[in-house]
Amino acid sequence: MHPIDMAAPTTTRISELLTRLTGDEKHAPSAYSTLDVLWVLYDRVLRTAPDRVDDPDRDRFLLSKGHGPAAYYAVLAAKGFIPEEWLDDLAGPDSRLGHHPDRLLVPGVEIGSGSLGHGLGLGVGTALGLRAQGLTDARVYVLTGDAELDEGANHEAIAYAGATGLASLTAIVIDNQSSTHGWPGGIARRFHGWTSSTVDGRDHDAIERGLRAHTGTAPHVVVAVVEKKG
Amino acid sequence: MRQTFVDTATALLDDDPRTAVVLADISGAAFAPAARAHPDRVVNVGIREQLMLGVAGGLALTGLRPIVHSYAPFVVDRAYEQIKLDLNHQGVGAVLVSIGASYDASSEGRTHQSPGDVALFDTLGGWTVHVPGHADEVGPLLTAAAAHDEPVYIRLSTQHNAEGRPTTGMQTIRRGSRAAVVAVGPMLDTVLAAMEGLDVTLAYTNTPRPFDVKGLRALGHSDVVLVEPYLAGTSSAVVSDALRDLPHRLLSLGVECVDLRRYGSPEDHARWQGLDAAGLRQSISAFVAPGGGPARGRG
Repeated sequence: MHPIDMAAPTTTRISELLTRLTGDEKHAPSAYSTLDVLWVLYDRVLRTAPDRVDDPDRDRFLLSKGHGPAAYYAVLAAKGFIPEEWLDDLAGPDSRLGHHPDRLLVPGVEIGSGSLGHGLGLGVGTALGLRAQGLTDARVYVLTGDAELDEGANHEAIAYAGATGLASLTAIVIDNQSSTHGWPGGIARRFHGWTSSTVDGRDHDAIERGLRAHTGTAPHVVVAVVEKKG
Repeated sequence: MRQTFVDTATALLDDDPRTAVVLADISGAAFAPAARAHPDRVVNVGIREQLMLGVAGGLALTGLRPIVHSYAPFVVDRAYEQIKLDLNHQGVGAVLVSIGASYDASSEGRTHQSPGDVALFDTLGGWTVHVPGHADEVGPLLTAAAAHDEPVYIRLSTQHNAEGRPTTGMQTIRRGSRAAVVAVGPMLDTVLAAMEGLDVTLAYTNTPRPFDVKGLRALGHSDVVLVEPYLAGTSSAVVSDALRDLPHRLLSLGVECVDLRRYGSPEDHARWQGLDAAGLRQSISAFVAPGGGPARGRG
């Protein structure tokens, strides 16, 4: 596994922002498992910006795996979606940032999440809604985890998107091998009818290549493998 | 009511590009012509009710107005957390339209019955609930609901009254002196038959949420009987709160919270639940009699 390979100034910047988040974050390991993928998405891939959060044609990023959002908040702050000061009082009585994000409280957050297994269904609906309105440039990205895939609701969405060829949808599965019973045979093969890329979830160039590997004819899944949750 | 719903929703798809219909196979054939005309806005996800509600939430997030339809136990009971989180928590709405009601599907058994659906919406807040009593009420209710973005539940039934009453507020059917009896949706005609010769006021509503509290108070009675076609007592708290500054008595009639484990017809279930005319008459008569207490008819 490669170490985080952000350019040094970026690493320092994100570290500073993470440090501003208070120390009572409950899901730190999973938070950091998403960090590199989130950075690549926001730095290289997503067609969105702080001044485009209401643009109908923006790409949508749906954090389904809503627990452990410290890395998400740090990236949103680094990219200017939220003020850095918001990081100082995580889940405090007046904070807009909780241990699970709320779309009505945080600019740029597309869905409120926390209960696992809701993001892919919402992502399918978002992709269908954009297509029905002719917004064909916008892509929908949903980030889940390997343990989150235990929730059956995901498989309703995976099966439907695969069978109907919902090509504007990309799922990203952070695989830190935390599913209690695992996914024998691998995660990507659960996504029937999808194209897939399995990448090193710490290698930014590999993550970017995986995210750009969709063909335009089928939904795409990127399995980003990181160190085992321990 | 179901056919009126399909016809109205199909017309809305034609007229309003914001409208979308989301199905989980139920009524898929009835919507086939609409699906051919509007393939991007009629979405049948297959037998996947969690996804049906998730898709509705996603469509609403993009600005569309989803109309979501299935049997009540599947669109409400089964997908309750998706209603709570994929609609309410995201701050978006949808129009949920159910069939089956409490025991329209009597011969199918408990799996296809949802007496608790309206009570479940009370745990979420913010939902308008329509319980039409006649097919003529369905079109106006659905058309009005499709025109905004708030959460609306429309509970269709094969049980119905002889006459449609599309107005949503409390409607006075007749005046009496002993008590006010409020019939919700398809209960009206049965309640009317049950009240033959009783000196009571009868009122009707097809919209139990928000409950027309002002209309209830305007009836001018402190003794109130609620007759609801879903779980008994669903509106008790709302009515008690509406009358909290008045000494009052309340009898709440509806479907009991029990799995009868019996098939038969909807008429059989109405009788077993004390919701046929004879059972209602027995309960209401006992309540309005001097010193009357709650009694339930059983046949």
